[in-house]
Amino acid sequence: MDVINIQGTDDTPNVILDKASGQFEISGRSLPEDVNMFYEPILDWIDQYSEDANDHTEFSFKLEYFNTASSKVILDILLKFEEIVENGKEVVIKWHYHEDEEDMLEAGEEYADIVEIPFDYVLYTD
Amino acid sequence: MSKEIESHRFLDFAYQLYKTMKTNEINLVYEGEVTQEITKTFTSLTERNMAKSEESNQVQRKVFNVMVECLQNISKHADTLSEDEEDRRGIVMVSRGEDSYKIITGNVIRNAKIPGLKESLEHINSLDKKGLSSLYKQQIVESKISEKGGAGLGLIDIAKKTGSKLSYQFKELNDDVSFFILTSTIKRN
Repeated sequence: MDVINIQGTDDTPNVILDKASGQFEISGRSLPEDVNMFYEPILDWIDQYSEDANDHTEFSFKLEYFNTASSKVILDILLKFEEIVENGKEVVIKWHYHEDEEDMLEAGEEYADIVEIPFDYVLYTD
Repeated sequence: MSKEIESHRFLDFAYQLYKTMKTNEINLVYEGEVTQEITKTFTSLTERNMAKSEESNQVQRKVFNVMVECLQNISKHADTLSEDEEDRRGIVMVSRGEDSYKIITGNVIRNAKIPGLKESLEHINSLDKKGLSSLYKQQIVESKISEKGGAGLGLIDIAKKTGSKLSYQFKELNDDVSFFILTSTIKRN
């Protein structure tokens, strides 16, 4: 499968999706003007991945900030992984949050309430 | 009116504006088109100013978050004064008081949209932290992203992150449109 490796900018996140090495990560800032355009290839990739997912997937979110338009797309990503879980594969979401960013921890907990995937919360400092 | 008096008046206005900004600790005032580029410029400018002033990281992050939502609300939803105007314009002000930052935004809105917006604002203001969190979850699940890419979540998010009520006003401009002013308050400690 192709590898997605997108370098972040000041309004779009870094994205690494690599089935072979088992690296799945979205990090940085996500406040693009056109959320759908940015995330479309990512959602497509995940659709393809779900057809033959690894037995174990560890997906990392290490976001410093995301706007509300991105929050909906993040849910879409999580729902796709929920399906993978329903198909009998193991998925863990590693939700990173900065020690100064309680809001980011809460955001993770809210997603964990909505989707049936185990979340691990990982605190980080500067 | 002579040219001299006119220029004098302008200088006087500039000085008054400067004084008002200083006394009210207004860090930023802008009127004009609000685009993604403008949003990025203002947020990074405000970030730099706050970093210099040694504001706590938590407050800096909240101010940044709220500014983005306010500005993107304008760039996605602002209406125009006349049909032939295309830009989404607005005013933006950021002030730093002793206890809090205030982010004030204003934009033109069609009168027809006011009742719906008022209802959302009142509903949001009636909720506590837990209520806001459930409303947020409910909206994120139910709402399909509109063609503009907004999810109608901005105001809920601002209320959640600031922990303050949304303060707002509508000033009627004519039968068709009003000016909508939103003030978001971020406590400094």
